[in-house]
Amino acid sequence: MKDAPTRDAYGQALVEMGADPRIVVLDAGVSDSTRSKKFGEKYPERFFNMGIAEADMVCTAAGLATTGKIPFATGFACFLLGRTMDQVLVSIAYSRTNVKLVGTHTGLAVGEDGPTAQMIVDIAYTRAIPNMVVVQPADWEETTQATRALAEYDGPVYFRLGRPKVKAIFDSSYKFEIGKGRVMKKGSDLVIFATGIMVQESLKAMEMLDGNKVTLVNISTLKPIDRDLIMEMASSHKAVITAEDHNLIGGLGDAVGEVLLDAQISKPFKRIAVKDQFAETGTRAELFEKYGLSANHIAQAVKDLLK
Amino acid sequence: MNESQLTIPNTTELEKIALDLRRLALKIIFQAGSGHPGGSFSAADLMAALFFGGILNHDSKNPNDPKRDRFLLSKGHVTGIYYSVLAKAGYISESDLDSYRKINSERFLSGHPHPKTPGIEIASGSLGQGLSVAHGIALGTRLDGYDSKVYVILGDGELHEGQIWEAAMSADKFKSNNLIAIVDNNKVAQDNITKDLKDLEPLEDKWKSFNWDVHRIDGHNMKAITEVLQLPLHPEKPRVIIADTVKGKGVSFMEGKTSWHGVAPSPEDYEKALKELV
Repeated sequence: MKDAPTRDAYGQALVEMGADPRIVVLDAGVSDSTRSKKFGEKYPERFFNMGIAEADMVCTAAGLATTGKIPFATGFACFLLGRTMDQVLVSIAYSRTNVKLVGTHTGLAVGEDGPTAQMIVDIAYTRAIPNMVVVQPADWEETTQATRALAEYDGPVYFRLGRPKVKAIFDSSYKFEIGKGRVMKKGSDLVIFATGIMVQESLKAMEMLDGNKVTLVNISTLKPIDRDLIMEMASSHKAVITAEDHNLIGGLGDAVGEVLLDAQISKPFKRIAVKDQFAETGTRAELFEKYGLSANHIAQAVKDLLK
Repeated sequence: MNESQLTIPNTTELEKIALDLRRLALKIIFQAGSGHPGGSFSAADLMAALFFGGILNHDSKNPNDPKRDRFLLSKGHVTGIYYSVLAKAGYISESDLDSYRKINSERFLSGHPHPKTPGIEIASGSLGQGLSVAHGIALGTRLDGYDSKVYVILGDGELHEGQIWEAAMSADKFKSNNLIAIVDNNKVAQDNITKDLKDLEPLEDKWKSFNWDVHRIDGHNMKAITEVLQLPLHPEKPRVIIADTVKGKGVSFMEGKTSWHGVAPSPEDYEKALKELV
């Protein structure tokens, strides 16, 4: 348990898993920021810094995977995925090579670097790829456990990590499982499905609201999504909110909406997400406030839906 | 491969094998009604030497041996020749080839390669990725302490893809001398002759400046092919063999023609071509 960015937890987890000779780590020249550098310092022979060449990196990872290695190909999400659609589709997803794509610096939470570095379409994109598992952890403990779980899972994965420090919300009694959501707090009237940093933001929103009307569910596996839990929770509450630091189109909100539509569960429904626009520079807090992602916006949405 | 050393075909026999492979490739492209004869024929002699000339250390009965040499076809569209090679090498049967480019193909003989087909390491068919993948394999086998070599055939038009040069830099950085790229330099791409699309020359200089061990041969001279493939590895540099070839090699009316990049022959052309492939 530790207040720290999820990328820090990832870097530490890699070091702890490094005794396994199958673990290899690649980075696209940003390993000090992604924290994969820590692995490189301890296991230099299994660390491949490919320079600023994401396409080469992800295909090199695919080749390594065919020899039985478990490659973690790490980079800033914008470039790791933005530069490599064809490579990810052919050499990883279609070939079903055991590559873990790890994208850090996601969403508006990146802050001041602005829209070129704020990846807001990655969940939409990776969810749409056959064979791909998509996971976004919410804190240190979940990141640590998920990194291990993804190494044990045989198949392509996109692991979505963040830049800013986030609070510890899970302790070691938590058990991460691919495909399973987790009820964090149980309330009576409305359920919030949140992912990543928005779990943290939702917890803040709940402190602003009185009573025990709100249930919070952490959805860390965005694909395959926990359909049973979503159906159960949506059915047992009067209204539904989704919360993600990602574009409105194709992310958690759409994923939950698809489950509800398929199951013909009709509830008042609001998606907290980036409203299909590019943001701008600013601090994380300023951007969350201006672009509708802050705890204030979540609290307001709860009030509106429970009016 | 060592135990079968005595039975390795000589260059004349390899030329005969390459001819058989061309006939088979054309047959399955004709039967499928689509495919890529031009680039299949330019690569035929190179692939015959690799698979049947005692170069590639592989065993179709033990296709997952971690110590095996690897072969990748980065110019993945020329499955006509690739599947013909895999059939002749025993990874699949010749009767499997009847399902080439057909739905419900049991051996997944898709237009472009996929690892569901025995003997195939990874999907290809989107140009530019194979050199990076091959390099990843070269790094992986080296980590395992094996002396496996990784051979990858690239198209010349494929060298327009920037990723090739990313991989060229990487293999130099990691001194991956067990990586051997072969450029099937047939000088003709889909749209136009490669030179007019975007000239690759001076091609040897390009690879040399990336610090590769560069060789250039006539890609249809079996003696030259087998000799260069038998060279000991460079102590630290990755190797590229620029094989000057002819698109559609072996069929006079296909040679050097962009029009034979991606079409199946008509029944008349098929018969005419078979008469030349003897």
